[in-house]
Amino acid sequence: MQLSTITDNLDLYLEGFVGTLQLTALGALGSLVLGTVLATMRVSPVPTLRAGATVYVETLRNCPLPVLAVLLAFGLPKLGEPIRSFSFFTWAVLALALYHAAFVCEALRSGVNAVAPGQGEAARSIGLTFPQTMTLVVLPQAFRTVVPPLGNILIALTKNSAVAATIDVTDITNQTEFVINDTIDPLAALAGAAFFYLLLTLPTGLLVGRLERRTAFSR
Amino acid sequence: MTSRNLLRTAAGLAAVALAATACGGSSALDSGDGASDKPSFAAGSTMARIQQAGVLKVGTKFDQPLYGEKGLSGDVEGFDVEIARLIADELGVKPTFTEAVSKNREPFIQNGNVDIVAATYTINDKRKLVVDFAGPYYVTGQSLMVRKDDDTIKGKDDLAGKKVCSVEGSTPAERIKTEAPKAVITLFDTYGKCATAMENKQVDAVTTDEAILLGLVSKKPDAFKVVGDTFSEEPYGIGLKKGDQAFRDFLNDTLEKIYEDGRWEKALKATVGKVQDDLPKPPAVDRYTAS
Repeated sequence: MQLSTITDNLDLYLEGFVGTLQLTALGALGSLVLGTVLATMRVSPVPTLRAGATVYVETLRNCPLPVLAVLLAFGLPKLGEPIRSFSFFTWAVLALALYHAAFVCEALRSGVNAVAPGQGEAARSIGLTFPQTMTLVVLPQAFRTVVPPLGNILIALTKNSAVAATIDVTDITNQTEFVINDTIDPLAALAGAAFFYLLLTLPTGLLVGRLERRTAFSR
Repeated sequence: MTSRNLLRTAAGLAAVALAATACGGSSALDSGDGASDKPSFAAGSTMARIQQAGVLKVGTKFDQPLYGEKGLSGDVEGFDVEIARLIADELGVKPTFTEAVSKNREPFIQNGNVDIVAATYTINDKRKLVVDFAGPYYVTGQSLMVRKDDDTIKGKDDLAGKKVCSVEGSTPAERIKTEAPKAVITLFDTYGKCATAMENKQVDAVTTDEAILLGLVSKKPDAFKVVGDTFSEEPYGIGLKKGDQAFRDFLNDTLEKIYEDGRWEKALKATVGKVQDDLPKPPAVDRYTAS
């Protein structure tokens, strides 16, 4: 186990780092948008929407991510063009976004439930529609209570993005495979991978902490 | 644990105990055609330690058809597995198999998790720096697999602009870059994904050792075929702890022994012979000087 295994291959790690960053950013964006829509569906007055979102959450969060990624990347292309020509990067982002949306939805739903019922009732009583009530009154308050769990999900997503390495996407994990093969020094190579993941997840944790303090209620 | 399972476990333990005592005693319990008297080894040698333990710990692939594959029954089968069994026979012990993947083969050997690795393990200079090799016991070469109905690819020179799939971190994945510089490379973590992607037409060819490709073809002979000549030489060896010269000599002697008495050929016929008709002759053992 030698430090040179990491230092000699910094260019490979950096290339992988950029890949992981892109996967994380796009996956986080996708899961946040979809998760918010799902959470809104789960608390909506329409039974079909509620049922649909529940089925989605229970299916996606109970399916291991590597399984989901393979089902998407190799299953859906069987439907033919144009889906067949999707890049594997696209499949990886889709898998990450779809999977973590289920968790975002649940975190957000707990935030919605924490908003005092009077808020929603007041909004409805002054004539706001359900979508208006959600976007203007309930969700803004819900988000600030769920900053810590959302931060958790974001960090999990960063690490889970390693699943992309198994489907031809250049990320930290994928590049580490090359370093291992080139140096026959798996321990140092994997320690390098851990370091570069930390480089992403530690600042994420710090940022989430700051965001949490800035958005906190004064009680 | 149900009582039935308990019984089964007990029976298994008894069998292991029997096997362990058998190897220390007379040769009356010898099995197999060519197995001769159990040799005794110098105290302190790896061979003596393995006999003491009663088991030969083997790292092998669990996902490599024809070489090392764990079937639905839970048994590992294949040519690598047979070679390991023959070596265990020579020691008078039973083999136990642990899954080795390309990534963990060297740590497994270095940390003593296994005594030997027989896992489509190509002998090369880089690996020789960290482990020793006995053998080779089989020589294959890199080749190409395409869809059965694809007539556009007949060899590595037809790969310009084609999508070629292999496994990340593998030697074939590196070599194809120089052998077919205009090919577009796609890398997954398993060859199974490569095969599925090729069925989907997400990639056009799969490249790796011919031995491995034949294993994939054996699963779907109607969908895949191997094309072209091999364009590399991959000698498969038995990995062992670096510096254990006595053990390496023993393994090399054992290989030469099973070449001569026909057990090597029998094992090859029973495994690789299922999909390949003209089987190779045993390769010469390379007793290189370990650095």
